[in-house]
Amino acid sequence: MATSRRLVNWMLGTSVGALLVSTFYPVARFISPPDIPEASTNQVEAGPTNDPELLERGFKIIRFGNEPVILVRVSDSDFRAFAGTCTHLDCIVEFQKDEERLWCNCHNGEYSLQGEVVAGPPPHALEPFKVDLVSKGSGQPQTIVVSRV
Amino acid sequence: MKAAVNSIRDWLNERLPMQEAADFASHKTVPVHRLTVVYYFGGMTLFFFIVQVITGILLMLYYRPSAEAAFESVEFIMTAVPFGWLIRSVHSWSANLMVFFAFVHLATVYFTKAYRSPREITWISGCFLLFLALGFGFSGYLLPWNQLAFFATRVGTDIAGAVPFVGEWALRFLRGGDRVTGGTLSRFYGWHVAILPLMTTAFLGLHLLLVQLQGMSVPPGEEETAKQRRPMKFFPNFMLRDLWGWILALGVLAAMAALFPWELGEKADPFAPAFADIRPEWYFMFMFETLKLVPGGEIAGIEYEAIPILLFSLGGLLLLLVPFLDRGVERTGRSPIFDIIGVVALIYIVGMTSWGYRSLAPVYIVLATGALMAILSVGTRRWARVNK
Repeated sequence: MATSRRLVNWMLGTSVGALLVSTFYPVARFISPPDIPEASTNQVEAGPTNDPELLERGFKIIRFGNEPVILVRVSDSDFRAFAGTCTHLDCIVEFQKDEERLWCNCHNGEYSLQGEVVAGPPPHALEPFKVDLVSKGSGQPQTIVVSRV
Repeated sequence: MKAAVNSIRDWLNERLPMQEAADFASHKTVPVHRLTVVYYFGGMTLFFFIVQVITGILLMLYYRPSAEAAFESVEFIMTAVPFGWLIRSVHSWSANLMVFFAFVHLATVYFTKAYRSPREITWISGCFLLFLALGFGFSGYLLPWNQLAFFATRVGTDIAGAVPFVGEWALRFLRGGDRVTGGTLSRFYGWHVAILPLMTTAFLGLHLLLVQLQGMSVPPGEEETAKQRRPMKFFPNFMLRDLWGWILALGVLAAMAALFPWELGEKADPFAPAFADIRPEWYFMFMFETLKLVPGGEIAGIEYEAIPILLFSLGGLLLLLVPFLDRGVERTGRSPIFDIIGVVALIYIVGMTSWGYRSLAPVYIVLATGALMAILSVGTRRWARVNK
């Protein structure tokens, strides 16, 4: 008697557990967003060297796949590119021409023109990208090509 | 006519405990003493919450929650929909005033020790309501999909990501992916209009039920005065005073919304630098400003920025547990340590908020609120003397 009752209890108990698990497991999984693989970008054309935005502000933010990359015009022939996302809390940095620095407005993070942290809260340097200037024929401005190091 | 009313009343009486409810309401009283004014702040918060529900439902008729359409739909509400600018401004202003009065309510309940037994559950449900209000603020901030909100959300969700162990999951859960995108907007919208309202309804129901059942707490030190004075009838005396406050609040709200319409800003661009003055809503400012002061680096694999985040979380937990931590007040009616902690927390929050805005306005607002309370308490004291 006792054994059969225990068996019934066990079956009822576990079936309630199974019911709960089978109800809430899909819900728990549903609310965690799926991993969506992104096509990896290795190289992006960032326009001509005489881009008015670059000449005026000294920088522009380019789309590198889904990531922002900051392209800085240090001089006529010196262009540099870094990951545009501040390593502190995910804001997008800017280049300040007068101060010759990369700067994040959110929490006053300061980086050198090598991408190293100079001051403020960022924990790591900005990841550098490779910049190449490609000729498009004589008389034409060179094209800036940014690629992963 | 009268017979018809009576027969309807009798019909209802047979089916619902109408008479019991009326008896309960007629016997309910509010204690009168020097600090009676603090009893109005919870009701004031409730008023702004009701305004939020109504204006929020109205905004839902036009708002479109997607990265492509959200900003434009708010722009449409502000420019093309008749009185759209008013409804949206009232929603924004009322949200801020609701959080402000929730904080005032929290502070007055804390300093008058109204969390004492048997009101622990009221306190805890109130804390959860405050956290929910902050959740409403955080999720609602993103919905217009402008630059300010976009970056504030990137920062806010990244902060969640800095929490050790669960951070990465929390970040993806909040954002609905790795980045702040239209997916995040859908998620925040869901929280803002469905999940948080559902939870708030539950906690608010519990909170109000407990207040009705247990009545108002008399602060320690005021028991003598409260005993000497005849308590105020809740219905209609206290309720009419409450309504008077609500009408005043409605006037202030309409004036604010009309004179200072809420700005919309620029549409969010995930590929533009964060501009200066990226900031969260004012009630997150003290935490945001604290994060600016923490230097970069990590210790034992935990980034320094996680430390203040954990401390703030601990602060929230301690706030919840105050009724159980403050044992002294039950025995002696006094708990000076908790007074000091409260004052220090208040100074820190107001000070950091002021520092964040590089403005003394927050200090003035807190001082003005204190002065207003003092004036109102003198008013109620005079009233109590006349009615003795």
